[in-house]
Amino acid sequence: MAVKILENIYEKVDKVPTRDGLGKGLLELGATHPEVVVLCCDLTESTRVQWFAEKYPDRYFEVGVAEQNMAGIAAGMASEGKVPFIASYAVFSPGRNWDQIRVSLCYSENDVKIIGAHAGVSVGPDGATHQALEDIAIMRCLPNMTVLSPCDWIEAKKSTFHAIDNKLPVYFRLTRDKVPVITTEDTPFKIGRAEVFRDGSDVTLVASGQLVYEALIAANELKKEGISARVINNHTIKPIDKTTLINAAKETGAIVTAEEHQVMGGLGSAVAEVLSEHYPVPIKYVAVMDRFGESGTPDELMVKFGLKSKNIMEKAREVLKMKR
Amino acid sequence: MTFQKLTDLRQLKLMANTIRQDTLRSLLEAKSGHSAGPLGLADFFSAMYFNILNHEPKNPKWEFRDRFVLSCGHVCPVQYTAMANAGYFPKEELMTLRKLGTRLHGHPHNGSLPGIENSSGPLGQGTSQAVGKALAARMEGKKHYIYCLTSDGEHNEGQPWEAWMFAAKYKLSNLIAFIDRNYIQIDGNTENIMPLDPLDEKYRAFNINTISVDGNDISAILNAVDSAKKSGKFSMIILNTIPGKGVSFMEKKYEWHGKPPNDAEYDLAIKELLSERQRIENETF
Ligand SMILES: Cc1ncc(C[n+]2csc(CCOP(=O)(O)OP(=O)(O)O)c2C)c(N)n1
Ligand SMILES: [Mg+2]
Repeated sequence: MAVKILENIYEKVDKVPTRDGLGKGLLELGATHPEVVVLCCDLTESTRVQWFAEKYPDRYFEVGVAEQNMAGIAAGMASEGKVPFIASYAVFSPGRNWDQIRVSLCYSENDVKIIGAHAGVSVGPDGATHQALEDIAIMRCLPNMTVLSPCDWIEAKKSTFHAIDNKLPVYFRLTRDKVPVITTEDTPFKIGRAEVFRDGSDVTLVASGQLVYEALIAANELKKEGISARVINNHTIKPIDKTTLINAAKETGAIVTAEEHQVMGGLGSAVAEVLSEHYPVPIKYVAVMDRFGESGTPDELMVKFGLKSKNIMEKAREVLKMKR
Repeated sequence: MTFQKLTDLRQLKLMANTIRQDTLRSLLEAKSGHSAGPLGLADFFSAMYFNILNHEPKNPKWEFRDRFVLSCGHVCPVQYTAMANAGYFPKEELMTLRKLGTRLHGHPHNGSLPGIENSSGPLGQGTSQAVGKALAARMEGKKHYIYCLTSDGEHNEGQPWEAWMFAAKYKLSNLIAFIDRNYIQIDGNTENIMPLDPLDEKYRAFNINTISVDGNDISAILNAVDSAKKSGKFSMIILNTIPGKGVSFMEKKYEWHGKPPNDAEYDLAIKELLSERQRIENETF
């Protein structure tokens, strides 16, 4: 049964960047969790940790443009009881400091939270160098790491509070661009549990990040063609919710995954790993197909890279043909 | 139970000699591992674990202990040996080095062996972690020191320099770093691989209190640490060491960076170290 999300999203939505949600979450955590500290690499405003920095200047540290150092300092602080949040663009952290994240954080079990802002082609005009499309792949292969890709700013804010209880590294994948608000404060959220956002019986659309909204729109349109599509918000890419995915495979028999990430190693791969082993059904992927991004407006790029509801609908029709 | 520090110089020198012998024994048994760096650092580790550190080997999580952060993880055999001699774990366990099921991994893992503060191996990573530990300690008003050992080859990486810039910016006077300046790394001599000299001037330009000592002279190391503490600044102590120190055929040879002795070499080495031990015992101070 689908959980309650915001009503009327098919008619009209507000848009807010998910980075704002984490920034607000951190601000609230600052008040309740004195052990929380924040480090940033010269991107304080655009990662939204500025809000924390202004309120808690004694718990904020400017590291300069040095992402490897930032991860290491955070690991050292975590080993002494602090809970550091480290912020930069996802292409640089975890892009540049992967080895530090692997050894100083994950292998050493140091509780550091990684804020990867500006993920996906929706970063827009800055172009390919600044659009992280590989971050999920390089984070979800690490033991002890949790990988979150919130669908809207409210979910991003909630995830901040849940991540603090995790006691191990967490990676937050966030967007620069404004994305549709589709959940409410009451929409259930638990790390490791995917939620059904829309019921359906013919095919399941498994999405993360802002593609959850696109999947909902796709499902709404498919209904007009007589196709009943279930939509799953798969915000936790690791540890992945096997039960919800296996149930979807059993009950609908066909899957489309949708994400703003390379097709290799992201959400789609994670879903395929589960289903190929436990309940094989046909799967189609909406993702970036093994290429780099480019400059453009966020929306132009989402269209060009085939990451819109229209593309999800096409894949749904295709996968239905493969269904036995 | 408080740890009895060694204050007598002869005792510290004898301990360094013991550490050299035990390290070679564990490397012989392991059939792989690093010889030159660890031998060159035996005097430093004797000074560190038996005099400088405030620690409780039987209570490795003691809140007020000084933290020793090893950044150049490959030299860990000498750290393990110093720790075993200090009472962290039984000396027999040194024979498990690098073997299946061991707590003494080829590169240290904090989750495996109590007393190991950080995992290391990928060069550079310990430097930032030491900085983070110093920053956290200062935020809490804690009085313990953080000591960090790095190597010269490691300074080819950017991370140590990033870490030192941060330490200088935030004036981390509770952090004392060391560099094993032995002029060797894997492929050859440091000045051929990637020149670092003049290292002391580079550190000073980074606004670091820099002290250069003979890294095989225990009393010079102890004096340097005293002076670093008095400076009230983040300090870097350059340990000018002889790689392979104490075993003539290994000394100053980069070829001994990453290999253990074979049986014949081990016997020869121990012979030299035993006669050195005799000399220390008869030395007049
Ligand atoms: C990031 C990283 N790159 C490469 C290595 C492989 N490596 C191990 S030791 C070493 C040489 C380092 O020089 P140094 O520490 O001065 O060696 P030593 O004096 O002990 O011979 C290298 C390149 C590593 N451990 N970490
Ligand atoms: Mg060296």
